[in-house]
Amino acid sequence: MTQVMMAMSGGVDSSVAAAMLVEQGHEVVGVTLKLWGGDSDSGCCSVSDVDDARWVADQLGIEHHVFNMGADFDTHVVDPYVENHAAGLTPNPCVECNRHVKFGKLHDRAKALGFDAVATGHHARLETLADGTFRLGRGADTAKDQSYVLYMLGQEQLGRLMLPLGGMTKDEVRAQAHNLTMRTADKPDSQDVCFITSVGGRQKFIGERLPLTPGIVVDTDGNQVGEVEAVELVTIGQRRGLGLAGGSDPRFVTDVNPTEARVTIGKPKDLLVESTPLGQLVWADQPVGSGADAGTAVMVQVSAHGTPAAATFHVDDQGLGHVRWAEPHRRVAPGQSVVLYDAETADLVQGGGIVVRDAEK
Amino acid sequence: MRACAIEAMEQQMRASAANPTGAHKLARDARKVLDRSRQIVAAEFGTDPGNVVFTGSGTEADNLAIFGLAGPGGTHGGLPVCSAIEHHAVLGPVELLGGGVVGVDARGVLDLDHLAAVLTDLMATEHGVAVVSVMLANNESGVIQPLDAVANVMAEICPDALLHTDAVQGVSWLDPKVHAAKADLLSISAHKFGGPQGVGALVLRSDIALNPILVGGGQERERRSGTQNVAGIASLAAALEQAGADRPAMVARVGALRDRLVDGLMAELDGVHESGVVDGDRSHKVAGSAHLCFEGIESEALLFLLERHGVFGSAASSCASGAQEPSHVLAAMGVDRALAAGSLRLSLGAASTDTEIDHVLSVLPDAVRQLRRGNP
Repeated sequence: MTQVMMAMSGGVDSSVAAAMLVEQGHEVVGVTLKLWGGDSDSGCCSVSDVDDARWVADQLGIEHHVFNMGADFDTHVVDPYVENHAAGLTPNPCVECNRHVKFGKLHDRAKALGFDAVATGHHARLETLADGTFRLGRGADTAKDQSYVLYMLGQEQLGRLMLPLGGMTKDEVRAQAHNLTMRTADKPDSQDVCFITSVGGRQKFIGERLPLTPGIVVDTDGNQVGEVEAVELVTIGQRRGLGLAGGSDPRFVTDVNPTEARVTIGKPKDLLVESTPLGQLVWADQPVGSGADAGTAVMVQVSAHGTPAAATFHVDDQGLGHVRWAEPHRRVAPGQSVVLYDAETADLVQGGGIVVRDAEK
Repeated sequence: MRACAIEAMEQQMRASAANPTGAHKLARDARKVLDRSRQIVAAEFGTDPGNVVFTGSGTEADNLAIFGLAGPGGTHGGLPVCSAIEHHAVLGPVELLGGGVVGVDARGVLDLDHLAAVLTDLMATEHGVAVVSVMLANNESGVIQPLDAVANVMAEICPDALLHTDAVQGVSWLDPKVHAAKADLLSISAHKFGGPQGVGALVLRSDIALNPILVGGGQERERRSGTQNVAGIASLAAALEQAGADRPAMVARVGALRDRLVDGLMAELDGVHESGVVDGDRSHKVAGSAHLCFEGIESEALLFLLERHGVFGSAASSCASGAQEPSHVLAAMGVDRALAAGSLRLSLGAASTDTEIDHVLSVLPDAVRQLRRGNP
C-alpha cells in the first residue's frame, strides 16, 4: 500500500483521480492548495473550490487538508509574471506554478511528511523505460493532454508521482464522476490563468501592478503605422489591438521592444524563423543534444495544445539550447516554454526550456 | 464541554422550546432559566443582571460593543481605538469605522506611550474617542494586557471614553473582577470556558446606553433582538460558574503542566523561541498558553505530523478556506516573518493531563527534526 498525497483542486479530474486511488487500495490524503488570495473567477483557490474538494474527500472517506502556499505562489508565480511582462516577455504562469509550487514545495512537503507519492489529476502518463528511468508521456485524451505544462519534471519528481487519469479520456472521467455521483461531475474545466479574472483580464491585473507604457507600431521598414496603449501587453504573433487601418493583408507582431516602446509588425513570412534559442533548460533524465554537432532529432511543441514540429536540438558552449526547425517555424514569444518530445513518437517528454530574446533571427 | 454545561443544556432542551418572552407557563419557566443564568453571569463580573446582554457569539459581543458605542450608529458617536493584536472581531469593526490601532512591544504587551499618543491625536479631531478596546489576554500569544494602566491613560486623555475588553480568551484564567476591574464592557464566549459554541455575552459594568446592531423584537432590553438561546445560555452560565470556582486550582495545575511542556521542548530542541517571553519570564502570560516558533519548519507541516500522533494544535488563525494565515499578532510583536511561519500554539485547559504532556514531549521533537531533515 502506498501513502499518497492527492492534490485536489476541487475540479472533476482530481476528484476522479482521488476516487481511483482509493479504489486501488492506496492510503490517500487529499490536499487543496490555497494559492491566490485576490480576485479570481473560481480558479484553483477560491473557497467554493476548497468546499468542493473537501466534500468529495468526505464522500470518498479520506482526510482533507488545506495548505496555504500563497506566499510561494506570489514569489514564484505572480511576481515573475508581472516582472516578465515589464521586460516584454510572455510568461507561462501555470508552468512556473507546477515547477515551484505543485512539484516544488508540495512535492518536498509530501516527502518530508513521509508520503510515498504525490498524485494529481493531470492528463498525462508515467512510463518506465527499460533502463528503469521514468518519462512523462501524453495523456490518452490528446485534446486534453497536459504533458506540456509538466515538462520540468525530473527523475526525482517523476519517481514520486502518480497520474491516475493518464489512460482516460475526459469523457470517461466525467462519466466516472457521474457514476460516483460526485458534485464536481459537470463542473466546467478551469480556463486560462487562475489569478486573472475574465472581467478585468490581463490588462487590469498588470495595469494595477505596473506603469503601462504606450508605444508605437512600426512596419518592417520602420515606418509608424499604429499605436498601442501598453507595450507590456503585446505578444509576438499577435494580430489584433494594434491600432492598424483595416483592409490590408493580415499583419502580425514580429518583435516587441519594451525599452524603446516599439512594436514591429510584418507579414506571416516575417514571423518565420530557422531556429529558436532556449534558456533554463531542464531534462527528464540525461541532457539532450549536448556535444552532438548535428544536434539530436526531436519533436517540438511550443504551446499547451500546439502541434509538434520536427527539429534538431543542440546545446552550445554557453549552455544555450537551439531548436533548429526542419521547416521554417513561426517565431515563439520570448518567455514561452518550448517542450522537446522524442523524435519517433512525439509522445515522451525529453525536457525543455524557455525562449530567450537574443539573436533569434 | 464541562459535564455541568452539558447537563444544563440537555435539561433545558428536554424541558421545552418555549419562547422566554411568551406568557404561558412553559414560557415563564424558560424566562426563569434565563433570569437565573443572567444572575450567575452578573455575579461573576460584579455587575447587575440587567447589564448582561446575551449574544450568539463572542464576535457578536465585540461587534456590539464597538458599533453600539462608536461611529455614526453608536451612542457615543466618536472613534474606536484598539490594540494591533485584537481578534478580528474587534479589529474589523474598528478599521471599518476608521479608528486608531495601537502597537505592542516585543513581549506582546500594549505600548502605553503609543496608546497615549493615538488617543491625544484623536481627541484633537472633531470626532473624539468613544471606546478603547484592549483584550484581557491574547488568543494567540496568551499575553495578559495591562487594563488598569490603560484605564489610567484614558482617564487623563479621554475621561468620557469607555473601556471595552475582549475577555473571550482571558476569563478562563483571570478573575475579571480583579484583572478587568476597570473595564466598562466585557465580551465572553461560552465555548472558551467549557460551554457550548454559538452563545456569548456582552457584560456591561453599569447601565451603559448601547445602540443595537440586531433590531427586531427588542429582547435583551432593546440591545439585542432575537429569541434567546435559552438552553445555550443556561449552559454558558453553568460553565462560567464552575470555571470561576475552579480557576485558582486550575491555573496552578495547568501552569505547571505548561511550564514542563515548554521547558521540555526548549531543552530538547535548538532553534525554538517562546513567543513574548524574554529571559524565561512567563508571568505576563496566561497559564494555559504554550506558544512557540520553530526555526526552519512550517506550521502546516508540523500540525499535520502532530495530528498523526493524536496531538491537535494550531498555528495562527484559519481563513474561510481552512488554510492557515500569517499571524497579525506575531507581526505586531515584530517576530520575523520566516520564524512566524513556524509557529505552534498548544492550548492547555481544564482537561489537560500529565500523560498528555509526556506524549507531546515524546512526539513533537522528532516531528520537528523530521521536517528540518525534509525526510522521514
